[in-house]
Amino acid sequence: MTSATTVPPAADAAAAGGRARAERAGHLLQQHGALIVLVLVGAVSAVAFPDFAGGANLANLAVAASFTAMIAVGMTFVIITGGIDLSVGSQFALGGVLAAWASQYGWVPALLLPLAVCGTFGLVQGTIIARTGMAPFIVTLAGLLGARGLMLAISDEGADTYLVKSAAFARLGQGTLLGLAYPVYAALALFALGGLLLRRARFGQYVFALGGAADSARLMGVPVARVTAAVYVLTGLLAGLAGALNAARLSSGVTILGTGMELDVIAAVVIGGTLLTGGAGALSGTLAGVLLLGVIQNVINQIGSLTSAYQQVVSGAFLAVVVVVQRYLSRVQRLS
Amino acid sequence: MAAPPPDPPLIQATGIVKRFPGVLALDGVSFELRAGQAHALVGENGAGKSTLLKVLTGVYRPDAGELRVAGAPAAFGSPVDAQRAGVQAIHQEIGLVPLMSVARNLLLGREPRTRLGLIDVRALHRRAEELLRPYGVEVDVRRPLRSFGVGTQQMVALARAVSVDARVVVMDEPTSSLEPREVDTLFGVIGGLLEQGIAVVYVSHRMDELFRVCESVTVLRDGRLVHTGPLADLDRLRLVSLMLGRDMAEVRAEGLTRFSGEHGSGDHGRAADTPVLEARGLTVRHRIADVSVTVRPGEVVGLGGLLGSGRTETAKAIAGALPLDAGTVAVAGRALRRPTAASTTRAGVALLPEDRKAEGIVPALSIRENIALAALPALSRAGLVSDARIDRVVDVFMKRLRIKASSVHQPAGELSGGNQQKVLLARWLATGPKVLLLDEPTRGIDVGAKAEVQALIEELAGEGLGVLLISSDLEELVEGSDRVLVLRDGAVAAELSGGEVTEHGVLAAIAAEGED
Repeated sequence: MTSATTVPPAADAAAAGGRARAERAGHLLQQHGALIVLVLVGAVSAVAFPDFAGGANLANLAVAASFTAMIAVGMTFVIITGGIDLSVGSQFALGGVLAAWASQYGWVPALLLPLAVCGTFGLVQGTIIARTGMAPFIVTLAGLLGARGLMLAISDEGADTYLVKSAAFARLGQGTLLGLAYPVYAALALFALGGLLLRRARFGQYVFALGGAADSARLMGVPVARVTAAVYVLTGLLAGLAGALNAARLSSGVTILGTGMELDVIAAVVIGGTLLTGGAGALSGTLAGVLLLGVIQNVINQIGSLTSAYQQVVSGAFLAVVVVVQRYLSRVQRLS
Repeated sequence: MAAPPPDPPLIQATGIVKRFPGVLALDGVSFELRAGQAHALVGENGAGKSTLLKVLTGVYRPDAGELRVAGAPAAFGSPVDAQRAGVQAIHQEIGLVPLMSVARNLLLGREPRTRLGLIDVRALHRRAEELLRPYGVEVDVRRPLRSFGVGTQQMVALARAVSVDARVVVMDEPTSSLEPREVDTLFGVIGGLLEQGIAVVYVSHRMDELFRVCESVTVLRDGRLVHTGPLADLDRLRLVSLMLGRDMAEVRAEGLTRFSGEHGSGDHGRAADTPVLEARGLTVRHRIADVSVTVRPGEVVGLGGLLGSGRTETAKAIAGALPLDAGTVAVAGRALRRPTAASTTRAGVALLPEDRKAEGIVPALSIRENIALAALPALSRAGLVSDARIDRVVDVFMKRLRIKASSVHQPAGELSGGNQQKVLLARWLATGPKVLLLDEPTRGIDVGAKAEVQALIEELAGEGLGVLLISSDLEELVEGSDRVLVLRDGAVAAELSGGEVTEHGVLAAIAAEGED
């Protein structure tokens, strides 16, 4: 056999060693970058603003972040498959209005109706994406408009505000345990369940395989269409649930909520280290990303002189930095 | 075979026909594969080899013919169907998920689970290590697949294929990116598979490997079955002749090309001239090793060899389209440090790529725009393009190269293959090159246009241009070139000049045993 290679093996191995170290460091930063920044920002805020670390403020922060957090669990799955779901903000508003309306029949319908409607909505979107191969961006953009239109239709263009009629249902959003509101526990439970589903269930493996190499996944027997549809059902269910619990907290279905929320959710997931190109990501990162955005918002509220509009400027700048760093890290880790 | 084997063949394809628009890719090809047999599938570009592989692995449905797997008729609608029937392809692109861990890749969809239905991670890793052990792969199975070399990835793909009950493994150029040590491991593994009764379809351009691994061979050419039988019945020269469609007895003294057929005669290519191109020790990892080429003004140097021998890579390396790991390129006596596509073009190197559609012609642009493309820097001042100058240049080449078109504004995509090739030639001639690298300049164009392009090549050389001619058409290579370099496995196997430039000489050099 003649060989076509003349690179000395020793030099090769040394280069590979250095590369492996860089890769590992890149991987670490990718996965836990958001957590590191969260701890830093949190520590600085605690020193700079005496009110920040107070129990009441942190409890508020947690509740405010919990709704984004629930949806972000589903969005992490969607983005790992290489997709995107722009309709979650509209579904969140739709879920809230449906829940408030249904609360006149008790807390069970108030919880189940938004789940059923938004879950179905997600199923339709997911099926279209999986069966027609249309870009998730386009399909869920249509979904964004459609879901908000549906919400406006049932609330008479926002003129009818449904108040929550069931005290039991209102308690789901307003009740507290150890100083934290119930939705916070719901979000944490969903992260735990989502983590099991993603890392320890076969479905999670399929999600990673699909996003990492769709053609290979198909050849390896992954039911590509079903998995694709399922992740959009998941975001639909979670957006509906978050909308319902938020309505319970506010005691009414507020029609103007959720506009632009999908972008906050996506930003949190991406800041948390999930690759927009798919195939890699973790829920721990998403949780850190959600909290980081929550802390930024909270801190800007503490600086009385800045209007809340600056919160978006800071979040946007943050996202830009993260995306640039991700691109660099992907190259170091040779992901792309 | 002496005694008829008791079992039906694992795969039996009979009279397979596959048509594509304008091309008959497979014309009644039959193929048979038995358990425990390694069968080589060989053929040059356009022979129909990859089409047959795709039919066998369920990517294409044949238009006619019958496919049987273990005696039962099979109709594969998709690669997944083929896999269910036990036919697994190991591609160059591996077919696994690079970002997932080795263990999760190996056992995707078959993960060991705990009583709660969750993946049992410890069992997963243990099982993965067990699966890999027979393949000589001892790695941390928790790490992502992409952090390992191609050899390891290929072994993981093989291990997965065999563990999901593959009965036929199709390997397409499995050694092309492997280190020699990895090649040995792979061959050991293949031996093991054969002993288990698994059949292997082995595609490679490397003669040594074919004779080392395979027991039988099928040769395809132009979509037709040329030969099938035990490999031991053939010697290398015979096999190469079959692939190239050159029966040794039939090699003619004089061909039908428009080349004059003189080698190294006349006043061109004298040793005293400064070479227009001098490439020394070109090396691109896994592709070519230590290839040196010298072209003098007015000389046509042929580059021969089988598909995959490194001909195209050599041309691309000279043109700066492939980064060099070692070697130097000098144009007209001036050395280029780190050749890039831009610096070689400036220095006077023009490459006409093999794949006109993908790498050359911009089909939606007009002939005029296609011709002017590469010469734009020379035709413009301060970034503004002079229309009049372009018109002049385009006009000259339309006439000179006899490009047949309704007007210079016709989209280049509408032209015939031969005229497209001439447009490309015009594009590069407009830059005023010193050396032309022609990669298969007459492939896929009709006979008349072919002769015109050949005449043009000779004419251009006569005007002092240096030409490097890559051709799979032996006749064209031999009659068109003053000297011929024969490549094998990415290295120069022989350099033929003067009277040695014959079809037989080239064939013999291609077929010679590789030295270890």
